[in-house]
Amino acid sequence: MTRQTQGAPDAREVVLAARNVAKSYGNVHALKGVNFDIHRGQVTTLFGENGAGKSTLMKILSGVIQPTTGQIILDGQPVSFANANEARDRGISIIHQELSLAPNLSVRDNIFMGRELRGPMGVDFAAEERQVRALMEELEEEIDPLTPVEELRLGQQQIVEIARALSVDSRILIMDEPTSALSASEVEVLFKVIRDLTARGVSIVYISHHLEEALTITDHAVVLRDGTMTAYAPRADIDLDWIVRNMVGENYDLGQPPDSDKREVALSIRNLSVPDATGKDLVRGLSLDVRAGEIVCIYGLMGAGRTELLETCAGRLRATGGEIVLEGQEISHLSIAERIARGLALVPEDRQRDGLVQTMSVGQNLSLASIRNFTRGLFTSSRAERKLIDDSIRSVTVKTSGGAAPIGSLSGGNQQKVVIGKMLATRPRVIMLDEPSRGIDIGAKAEVFRLLAEGARQGLAVLYSTSEVSECLSIAHRIIVMHKGRISAEFDSTVSKEKIMAASGESVAA
Amino acid sequence: MSATTTAPKQDGFSIGRLLLEGRAFFALIAIIAVFSFLSPNYFTLSNLLIMSSQVAIYGILSVGMLLVILNGGIDLSVGSILALCGVCAGAMMQGVTLDFAGVILYPPVWAVVVLTVAIGALVGALNGVLVAFFKVPPFVATLGVMYVARGVALLMTNGLTYNNLRGQEALGNTGFNWLGFNRLWGIPISVIVLAVVATLAGLMLSRSAFGRWLYASGGNERAAELSGVPTRRVKITVYTVSGALAAVAGLVLASQLTSAGPTAGTTYELTAIAAVVIGGAALTGGRGGVRGTMLGAFVIGFLSAGLVIIGVSSYWQTVFTGAVIVLAVLMNSIQYGRGGRKT
Repeated sequence: MTRQTQGAPDAREVVLAARNVAKSYGNVHALKGVNFDIHRGQVTTLFGENGAGKSTLMKILSGVIQPTTGQIILDGQPVSFANANEARDRGISIIHQELSLAPNLSVRDNIFMGRELRGPMGVDFAAEERQVRALMEELEEEIDPLTPVEELRLGQQQIVEIARALSVDSRILIMDEPTSALSASEVEVLFKVIRDLTARGVSIVYISHHLEEALTITDHAVVLRDGTMTAYAPRADIDLDWIVRNMVGENYDLGQPPDSDKREVALSIRNLSVPDATGKDLVRGLSLDVRAGEIVCIYGLMGAGRTELLETCAGRLRATGGEIVLEGQEISHLSIAERIARGLALVPEDRQRDGLVQTMSVGQNLSLASIRNFTRGLFTSSRAERKLIDDSIRSVTVKTSGGAAPIGSLSGGNQQKVVIGKMLATRPRVIMLDEPSRGIDIGAKAEVFRLLAEGARQGLAVLYSTSEVSECLSIAHRIIVMHKGRISAEFDSTVSKEKIMAASGESVAA
Repeated sequence: MSATTTAPKQDGFSIGRLLLEGRAFFALIAIIAVFSFLSPNYFTLSNLLIMSSQVAIYGILSVGMLLVILNGGIDLSVGSILALCGVCAGAMMQGVTLDFAGVILYPPVWAVVVLTVAIGALVGALNGVLVAFFKVPPFVATLGVMYVARGVALLMTNGLTYNNLRGQEALGNTGFNWLGFNRLWGIPISVIVLAVVATLAGLMLSRSAFGRWLYASGGNERAAELSGVPTRRVKITVYTVSGALAAVAGLVLASQLTSAGPTAGTTYELTAIAAVVIGGAALTGGRGGVRGTMLGAFVIGFLSAGLVIIGVSSYWQTVFTGAVIVLAVLMNSIQYGRGGRKT
């Protein structure tokens, strides 16, 4: 292992340090002993795949949760925060991926939310406004304090969040994927602000999936994998390859493309366009064929249009143009239920929101999409249902005490298998999976991929999306890279990680 | 050894669990026991049957309400639909004047019943369309329909009440009182109607595909939709059924009172909601059952009837009923709060 703990060559002052920080939830070890330092006026980036423990670590640093063992050392003193407010009082602020601003309120009211300046006549709006103007000047941003936040662009909203953190004299700013929803020019602005902040002595903890982008801004890198810190090194010693190697491990295997015979085209997408609520196209004139027995991977950053593409095929969203052809039949006008009946199934990205019914049991979730298959006349046959549930539990290897167990009792990986099992029980010809590996551990990930490879071997057409390069180079026969609603590149399974990443970035923008 | 030491612990836990889960049942037993002790007239067959026939009205409404609440909605219009349908039935019993033909039509009782239920279903379907297609929040949609239905009922009668529902032998439309007064094998017809409605609803919920759709779309509508559940159809159906059942309750009530007035059933929707909640259903949807709701309806009915029998002021009845509802909701949040927190 390339563990380079302790003794970063840079001798600048350490403001915050983690010493053997570990966090367990019951038997689940989310974080297993992490050590690193955050230096004054520098950017420290946390790298790691989903489920590696980044967000757990971040929550510990910002006081949202407490570590099971280990210490947080602030300015040389061991500290423990009871909650996020205590951490903020000590100068540590966090900016979440989902911004926590009230869109209906003005910039000023957002910045002073919950700690309004009191004057003799109630809130002293004039003083608040003066302070906000001063902050914006410091950040060199022209944002009027009285503008409602909803009228600002996303990048500007992020600046407002940063201003809010600065207004409470934060010295350490934790940013969770701050660039994921920003345009290239907005990222430039954000990076300029980050450089200004570090010049003033503010330390930044930066979390990003966009490795290349993060490398341009960071001073130190901490890499996590499966709750363990696999590497810690200053920027001068590392490159992209080093990060990827440490993120995914040397012997990290999600399987190979199965040697199934690729037959006729099962799903054909022709010139498809999908608009968002404002009429801007999220998917623009995209065409794609998937053959029976073939596995196709769609790689792209957040906002590339992957989810919209898949949800349109499944029937949740309406296209403005183009055709979706399933085994020779145009299906654009069909309902979700009719598409499922014809063999097109979607495993959605957010399994809590779109995949599972939390009030139902494991078994009822598994059988939900194929109720008609065990309905005899007016009533469901509980025997046929039990058989379907037992078969599903076995074929997708759900670890559960049985079909009657509540769905909340399963781990993330097993919940994901339930969602996949539910759609496989409809006996689809084409299965689409939106980020099937999101938030599940590596073991479960490998099992999910094995399941898909097995399906393809039996003639299933598989289309899955991912934002992690290592998952492209596993079972997929073909890799499609999406960028801003279009296909920016297409590769076979022998391509290098760097090429895929390059095709997804801003550099290939049309 | 280890088995013997852990056994008592598990017992204690499961008794607590049993009490929590069967709370509506134990509450009903406790109510019957207490009032039987306080009044010798309470625990007699005739009194139980009289109380049950009163419960029937609320019970029928609350079955419809349960379906709507399982879907994650609420139906505030059932009390008004009940009145509107009662008035419609009353009007039909007085004879329908067809001006263009110059005749007065006296439909037979069975036709009155069918038409009335159809009217209730239609108003319910209106709720369903508002909620499912126009995305009006259920609370607001049914609140509006509640006022409109009540207003139409008042307009139809000018605020008066139809007192003569007996019909005339010569016109062949007698028999309306059968629903409210007659008995089959000694059991009031209204109670039998309730039993049939509850059984059908119970079968539908536990055994039919529609029942599963309802639980799924109430638990997580997005997930249900992506699994191919026709969530809009489910929505419209539950509001339609709720409206139809309100019509049935309206018929039973008009028959019991031998009159149909436009102010009948005021605040009955709240009693029906209370019965569903006491029965352990979650207002957020997806959890609950007919058995619980029936127990809830009987708890409310037997409690208020018992208070009347022992001579407690009706003001106190209101206080007691309210306390029971709050207690029930508290228990619900204990039961679902535990399981729900896990993610």
